[in-house]
Amino acid sequence: MRGFGPGVLTTALVLALTGTACGAHHAAGGPALTLYSGQHAQTVQALVDKFTAQTGQAVHVRTDDEGILANQILQEGSRSPADLYFAENSPPLEALQAKGLLAPVDPPTLAAVSSTDDSPQGDWVGVSARAGALVYNTARLTPGQLPGSVLDLANPAWKGKVGLAPSETDFQPIVAAVVKVDGQAAATSWLDGLKANATRYEDNESLVAAVNRGDVQVGIVNTYYWYRLRDEQGASAMHSALAFFKPGDPGNLVDISGAAVLASSTHQAAAQRFLAFLVSAPAQEIIATSESYEYPIAAGVTTTKVATPLSGLAPPPLSVADLGDGSGALALLQQVGLL
Amino acid sequence: MGAALAAPQTGEPTVSRPAGRMRRPVVVTGLAGLAVGALVLLTPAFLVFQTTKLGWAGVAHVVFRPLVGQLLWNTVRLVVAVTVLAAAIGLATAWCVERTRLPGRGAWGVLVVLPIAIPEFVMGYAWQSAFRTVHGYLGSVLVMTLSLYPFVYLPVVAALRRADPGQQEVAASLGMGPVATFFRVTLRQVRPALLGGCLLVALYLLADYGAFAIMRYQTFTTTIFTELQLGFNAPAASALALVLVLLSMLLLAGEFLLVHRGRYERLGSGVAREGRRASLGRAAIPVLAGFGVLVVLGVGIPAGVLVYWMLKGSSTTLPPASILSAAAHTVAYAGAAAAATTVLAIPVSVLAVRRRTRLGMALDRVAHLAQGLPGVVVGLALVSFALSYLPALYQTSWVLLAAYAVLFLPLALVAVRSALMAASQRVEEAARSLGARSAKVFFRITLPAIAPGLGAAFALVFLTTATELTATLLLRPTGAETLATQFWYYATNLSYGAAAPYAALIVLVAGVPTFLLTRRLGALAGGSHP
Repeated sequence: MRGFGPGVLTTALVLALTGTACGAHHAAGGPALTLYSGQHAQTVQALVDKFTAQTGQAVHVRTDDEGILANQILQEGSRSPADLYFAENSPPLEALQAKGLLAPVDPPTLAAVSSTDDSPQGDWVGVSARAGALVYNTARLTPGQLPGSVLDLANPAWKGKVGLAPSETDFQPIVAAVVKVDGQAAATSWLDGLKANATRYEDNESLVAAVNRGDVQVGIVNTYYWYRLRDEQGASAMHSALAFFKPGDPGNLVDISGAAVLASSTHQAAAQRFLAFLVSAPAQEIIATSESYEYPIAAGVTTTKVATPLSGLAPPPLSVADLGDGSGALALLQQVGLL
Repeated sequence: MGAALAAPQTGEPTVSRPAGRMRRPVVVTGLAGLAVGALVLLTPAFLVFQTTKLGWAGVAHVVFRPLVGQLLWNTVRLVVAVTVLAAAIGLATAWCVERTRLPGRGAWGVLVVLPIAIPEFVMGYAWQSAFRTVHGYLGSVLVMTLSLYPFVYLPVVAALRRADPGQQEVAASLGMGPVATFFRVTLRQVRPALLGGCLLVALYLLADYGAFAIMRYQTFTTTIFTELQLGFNAPAASALALVLVLLSMLLLAGEFLLVHRGRYERLGSGVAREGRRASLGRAAIPVLAGFGVLVVLGVGIPAGVLVYWMLKGSSTTLPPASILSAAAHTVAYAGAAAAATTVLAIPVSVLAVRRRTRLGMALDRVAHLAQGLPGVVVGLALVSFALSYLPALYQTSWVLLAAYAVLFLPLALVAVRSALMAASQRVEEAARSLGARSAKVFFRITLPAIAPGLGAAFALVFLTTATELTATLLLRPTGAETLATQFWYYATNLSYGAAAPYAALIVLVAGVPTFLLTRRLGALAGGSHP
């Protein structure tokens, strides 16, 4: 029996390299922008397509986890090929800002959203919002049995009934909020209690699915995971519902998803135009109707996809600066052994 | 592990040294080997450099926290259980297919290898979505055993095919029963291949991310991801990754000691021939049932779940154009990575097998180190290196190919080394004595002789590259999506219906070389079977 000959090998190498090495970096109509995106791939693609249709400006999107991309930008430093960075939550933006890697956002862009929804330093702008909530299994609990505060879930009465995804970038801000509202000591004993009570999940997607199946009774999540599960499984397969904690509770935290221009970008003007587009009405409409189930945050646009409007939420009175870059929350999670 | 595969039955006295009159080629091969070594050592060097940024107190804080003890325990019990199970399943199936009159041997031989065409994260996702109880330690053991036992099966079946049946016949003629013959003769013949396969499985377990993320089982690799994703902390992640390097070194040393205890050389030359196959008798039915269960668990469940999601998931859309471009990228990267890695494996193998130099042996060991590291760590090392020294190549396919070469060189070495061991050195010497230059000897004699082994190396690297995820995400040129990256976006967004066609196509793309491998097993053991 003969194997695959060396001729085949050489041909494959040559074909593959000539086919792939010349990347698709040059689009017609000027240099393309490069966007590092940790946001939902489908929604970002819809936003980019709309922007390109409006302006003729091409945008190449690089999608990965927001934290892995932030690491990549930290490694790349001033040599980053990225012009823009789009994160799901504020901590990675704050972390990059602290390293001086972001450029100031144009003032009119910042002015399009509430001053509480962007960086106090002005280096990134909020684009959409997502709300913390409780998802509960409707076959096993009635609304009357639900806890008033996310802190109650550390109570021994909830042992074995709670689901948690501590390694998700969505959980850290809630920990930071508890620290800010109730103090470090209270946050530590809360996490100790949660650790004893909770089943841990690797991500919010599996957590929501587990609550829906009844593996655990309640889970701390962002609301959109529940909507997306409903999309995938159909409303008839849903055995769970969303609920909010009492007004001002850290569990009701509203996270801001934001975007920034990198200081190292050589296409500052075009990149700033993209940020301005993200907070404009056409882009916010896309977010309002997308399958991301997030809240648009520019004035005058409201979502039709999410039952509770942004104005109906009762988040704790905290700013994105209060939540910081997440390092404090991570250290606390590691200290109690949840990570 | 290479020492492993077919060292024993090559019919060549492997201890002889070639006559030393090839100065220039030694230099050329040596330089090529050193270049490969430098490429492989980039990652550990990066890890040490990053870790020093933490300072001693920082390292102590990261490495000596209670969690690391838990991770060690999680990792050790996982590696032990999966390696033992994979060894048992790989050995038993290989023996049945190669040495018995099992009905349908040809078909079973293909079916039991198929799971390596299914990425671990697809296997995990399939099991997790079909059976909610499959998670944590036991779920991970199940899913990883089903994914990885072919890495034992392939080398063992190849070694069995080349093993001298005469030894067993002698044992039988001396009155040894079949069970005793298996343990005292056959097992010794395949021991290097078995241990080599176990090493591949163990290293794979240290590095894998996707399946453990889905199974909710915390390992060093999942924790390294957490450090990167939540803390944006490459130094802390590097300190943890260095623990993985230490674990890899322990595994490599262990395998080395076990393989080199005892003698495998076959002193006389001769032609391998097919031995008499054992009749299974009344055991045929339970054995067939066992094969059936294995194939249902490892191939049937994942295939069934993918079909189910393609039909049922409400996010299912007709495959868009992106699936074609992702498939094209996947095939191109896998083909280029397989070709490049196979070529890189040649100088290392020549140094280790033909010249039997210390450098060659050391390179062969060192090449395995990166295999125990998560793709994201190797990826970040190459990001940093490319930006510092080759900025023009950053985010081109070349750096991605370098990562694939580093990650999958051990697989190529397995096949190339054993092919070199089997190729007759005497023909090369004869050609040289007739005045042929070393380069000509290599291209006209050695290369054609080891072509089947190169083909096997190509196939192994191709199918593994087609299923790679985490390094691809980090290093691919922006806009160049592969089937694996597209699957991951959809699956992590709960859009199982949209994700399933991508997974199915990965299995098809990786399935072709898998199928070819099962046809060309002789190549994996060195040389073709008569």
